[in-house]
Amino acid sequence: MKNLEELRKLREKAQKEIQLRSKDARVKVVVGMGTSGIAAGAREVLKAFITEINQKNLTDVMVTQTGEKGMSSMEPIVEIHEEKKPVIIYGDMNPSKVKKVVEDHIVNGKVVEDYLISMEEK
Amino acid sequence: MAHRLNVLVCSGASCISNNSLKVKEAMLAEIERLGLNKEIKVIETGCMGPCQLGPVILVYPDETLYKKVQVEDVREIVEQHFLKGRPVERLMYKSPLTDELVHKSSEVDYFQKQYKIVLANCGNIDPESMEEYIAVGGYEALGKALTQMTPDSVLNEIKISGLRGRGGGGFPTHLKWMFTKNEKSDEKYVICNADEGDPGAFMDRSVIEGDPHTLIEGMTIAGYVVGASKGYVYVRAEYPLAIERLQKAIGQAKEMGFLGEKIFQTGFSFDLEVRVGAGAFVCGEETALIHSIEGKRGTPRPRPPYPSASGVWGKPTVLNNVETYANVRHIILNGGAWMADIGTETSKGTKVFALSGTIKNTGLAEVPMGTTIRELIYDIGGGAPEGHEIKAVQLGGPSGGCVTPEYFDTPIDYESLTQLGAMMGSGGVIAMDETACMVNTAKFFLDFTCFESCGKCTPCRVGLKQMYGILDKITKGEGEEGDIEALEKLGHTIKTTALCGLGQTAPNPVLSTIKYFRHEYEEHIHEKKCRALVCKDLISYEIDADKCKACTLCAQKCPVDAIRGQRGVVHMIEQEKCVSCGSCFDVCPFGAVQRLSGEN
Repeated sequence: MKNLEELRKLREKAQKEIQLRSKDARVKVVVGMGTSGIAAGAREVLKAFITEINQKNLTDVMVTQTGEKGMSSMEPIVEIHEEKKPVIIYGDMNPSKVKKVVEDHIVNGKVVEDYLISMEEK
Repeated sequence: MAHRLNVLVCSGASCISNNSLKVKEAMLAEIERLGLNKEIKVIETGCMGPCQLGPVILVYPDETLYKKVQVEDVREIVEQHFLKGRPVERLMYKSPLTDELVHKSSEVDYFQKQYKIVLANCGNIDPESMEEYIAVGGYEALGKALTQMTPDSVLNEIKISGLRGRGGGGFPTHLKWMFTKNEKSDEKYVICNADEGDPGAFMDRSVIEGDPHTLIEGMTIAGYVVGASKGYVYVRAEYPLAIERLQKAIGQAKEMGFLGEKIFQTGFSFDLEVRVGAGAFVCGEETALIHSIEGKRGTPRPRPPYPSASGVWGKPTVLNNVETYANVRHIILNGGAWMADIGTETSKGTKVFALSGTIKNTGLAEVPMGTTIRELIYDIGGGAPEGHEIKAVQLGGPSGGCVTPEYFDTPIDYESLTQLGAMMGSGGVIAMDETACMVNTAKFFLDFTCFESCGKCTPCRVGLKQMYGILDKITKGEGEEGDIEALEKLGHTIKTTALCGLGQTAPNPVLSTIKYFRHEYEEHIHEKKCRALVCKDLISYEIDADKCKACTLCAQKCPVDAIRGQRGVVHMIEQEKCVSCGSCFDVCPFGAVQRLSGEN
């Protein structure tokens, strides 16, 4: 260890590993993982989110899951939660749609209307 | 690659003894089976605090707190929660006040009144991973001190912070460091006292088990200030896990250059070594501890000279407790003024307490100085179990004393507790309800200190034995007029004449119970009564004829055939034969056997 600079670089690298334990995620992605969601491919959607987010090094995005949402025909369903914004719900998701949602919505803040099912005011 | 879930499995000694490591293994296997291993990271952490809920598992980012998780529960948690996102409610923490599920660990009442500085990383990072420690800012304080501050400016921050010794004495840390710094010597030493020996105290163990690098960093900074190049951590042998993790951490720190030659490419070099104590309580006393490190018999010597002038190997030595060192990095990173803002006029920062005894939430809690005893016992500790009432808390273990409910609103700081006849001590808090006999409690502590007395000075070696003899007599119903006064006289004499802290504080549990529970002593002596029904020789057993169903169970169990009666004939105890063993009381399914004291 030469100096503080080097230590801080090491810290930045290490921080990614414990990011989940801090409580300040900007965006929360919630994937519906009920039985029908999983049958419709929610696992792949979830994995795709994680891959995309890691590739883009988005450290302030948290991916989590929830149970059945009650709209089985629209599964896999994904909710995007952001502070002080309505909750955006996308339906019929797949890995390639995930890519677009991450790029357009999570990175650039533009809702992808094509996949949108509803917006819920908090 | 980052993960989707972090699963923190508490691996403090308490949770481990409740099988947390087996739960972790089962969890890893289940995660593997479902192919989730790339998404979920399972981490062993140090003590999270709520030991009575163990094994405890904390899941991030959801902040779900699972309690009492057993191997059989693992499959459900992994399938339902980790895979499908449905937390397993039956294993989640429920608020004892509202009986409602608590969805986030930060909302658990046990944590809400706490303020974690020393324990911030405990239960949040993997103690065996230096990377995780670095991720939460580890070793930045050391880097800052070494490359941007002079030893004097570091010392000044410690002074501003108002940090005082957390081992119990409360001596200002900056003075200790300054005295050692001002000594001229070719070699100086830094020692950490981790010989935590008080019954009911486990703060130091938890800090080392949960966050060993914090201790290393604090000690290295102390070395920089006083001009030492070598340090020892004196840990008791009864803490194998703490020793193992500390040694591992020292190895990692050496590898990365946080210990060793020319740290951060400055002229400062520092090395650390673990010394394992052989289990003598007196070795927690600083001069005895130093003798023990030198390989000599662990007995104290008179002071002065203090260790700051002549410590280990006769060289100037700074000696602090684990918790004291654990505060150092936070002071350097946040500035002394930050800590001076927390706490009371005379006591700054926080204090870690180990809660035990008849209290709902046993475990580890860190609170700002100035928190009242009531808040600690009721808001965090949850009070006594249903149907019981706390009549006293014992603070400071065998060196401390008890405090009664009318003083529970006293803010916790060094001075107020000493005034009450208790002491901060290392932070052991033992709650006692009406089932505790105060005379017997005092006898328990004295039994401990008599056994642990090293024998070097007469007041402690002989005086404590005499006190114990009187207490023993009282609990056996042979107490006489004048016994209480004799205890007080002996106690005060030992306090003023014993050589070291062990003897000087050992009478405290007796003196403080006499102060607050004199009536219990008097009842034992004059009425031969133990109201808590604890002292065997003062209690008798009787069978309530109305409740007795004449089942003969008690008669079968009685070891001395003292119970008369047969099936269909109500039983009776022959008092002349009865040895008060209590087995009839324990076996009676109808509650017909009554335990009495002082009735005749």
